[in-house]
Amino acid sequence: MNIRNSMRSYLLFGIFSAFLSCMIYSCQSAEEIEYAKYMSNGKDLYIAHCQNCHGTNGEGLGELAPPLTDTVFLKTNKADLACIVKNGSNKGVIINGKKYEGKMPSFNLATIDIAQVTVYITNSFGNKQGMYTYEQVAKDLSSCK
Amino acid sequence: MKNLAFLLISIAILSSCTNEKKLPIYGEREAKITKDASGAEKVDTVYQTIPAWSFLNQDSVMITQDAFKNKIYIADFFFTSCSTICPVMHRNLKMIFDQFKDNPDVMFLSHTIDFKYDKPSVLKKYAQKLGVDGNKWQFVYGPKDSIYQMAEQNYLVAVGEDSTARDGYIHQGWLVLVDKEKRMRGAYDGTKTEQVEQLKKDIVILLNEYKK
Repeated sequence: MNIRNSMRSYLLFGIFSAFLSCMIYSCQSAEEIEYAKYMSNGKDLYIAHCQNCHGTNGEGLGELAPPLTDTVFLKTNKADLACIVKNGSNKGVIINGKKYEGKMPSFNLATIDIAQVTVYITNSFGNKQGMYTYEQVAKDLSSCK
Repeated sequence: MKNLAFLLISIAILSSCTNEKKLPIYGEREAKITKDASGAEKVDTVYQTIPAWSFLNQDSVMITQDAFKNKIYIADFFFTSCSTICPVMHRNLKMIFDQFKDNPDVMFLSHTIDFKYDKPSVLKKYAQKLGVDGNKWQFVYGPKDSIYQMAEQNYLVAVGEDSTARDGYIHQGWLVLVDKEKRMRGAYDGTKTEQVEQLKKDIVILLNEYKK
C-alpha cells in the first residue's frame, strides 16, 4: 500500500513538474513570439518610413543620411532613439567619425510602431540589442528633450 | 549535311541578336514637307525636343543647354529637403552616375522645384553630401515658372506646390533619358529598382546608336 502511495506521489510530482516546465517553456516562447512580431512589423515600418534615406541595409545615403550600422552609437543613445524617430532631429550626429548635419524629419508614428521599428533597427545591420518594450518606449518618449 | 544546317541556323540566330536595338522616341511629332536639291518633295518627321533654357547651377554659374551639347543626359526634378521619394531616386541615380563616371558622353541634370529654399549654395552642399563632384551632374535652380513649365510641357513630369503634402511639394520620380538631339528616349521610375536597371541598359543602347 505504502509503495503504491509513494509511486503515485512520484507520478503526480512527475506530471506536475512536466506541466510546470511546459509552462515556463511556453512563457519563453511567448516572449520570442512577441519579439518576432516586433521584428516583422518593424521591418515593414522600416521599409515604409526609413529605407528611402537610410537604405535597405542601413547603409545611409552619402553624407545626407547617416548609416544605422554604428552599433556603439545606437547602444549609447538607445534612450533617445524613440524621440528621434518620433520628433526628428536637427542636431546632427557623428557616426564612425563622419559628421552628418542633415535634418531628420519627424515621423508621426504611434508608440507601438516606434517600439517595433526601433527593435528592428537595433537588431539589424549588425546591431543586437534585443527587445525594447512598448512600456519602455512610452517611458522614454515622456522624457524627450 | 546536318552539321551544315546547324551551323547556318546558329549563324542566323546569332546575327539576328546583333541587330541594332533602338529606343523609341517620345513626345509629340509632326510631319514637315521639305524639298531636296532636285526639287522632289520629302517628308521629314519633326520630333519634340527640349527647348533652350538657362538656369543657375550648383556653382552659381548660369548654364544653358549648351552644357549638354553632344551628350546624352538623364534629367529629373527634385528638391533637397524632400524626404519621400528623392533620396531613393538620387541613391539610384548616383549608382548610375558612378557606373558612367568615365564616360564623357553621359551627363546628369537635376532641377530643383523648391524655388524658395534651394538656392545654388544649398544645391552645392547637397551635391557634395551625395558624393557628386565636377560638371558631370548639374543641379540647377531657376524661377518657378520656367522650371515648372519645363517639367510639365517638355519632360512630361508632373510637379507642383502642395501645402498639404509632407514637404510642401509634390512631384513624380521620373528619370528622363534625353539623346544628343534633345529628344526624349525614355522615362523610368527612379524609385523602382527594376526600372532603374532598365535605364542602365537603355543608356548603353542609346550610346550605341551614336557609335558609327
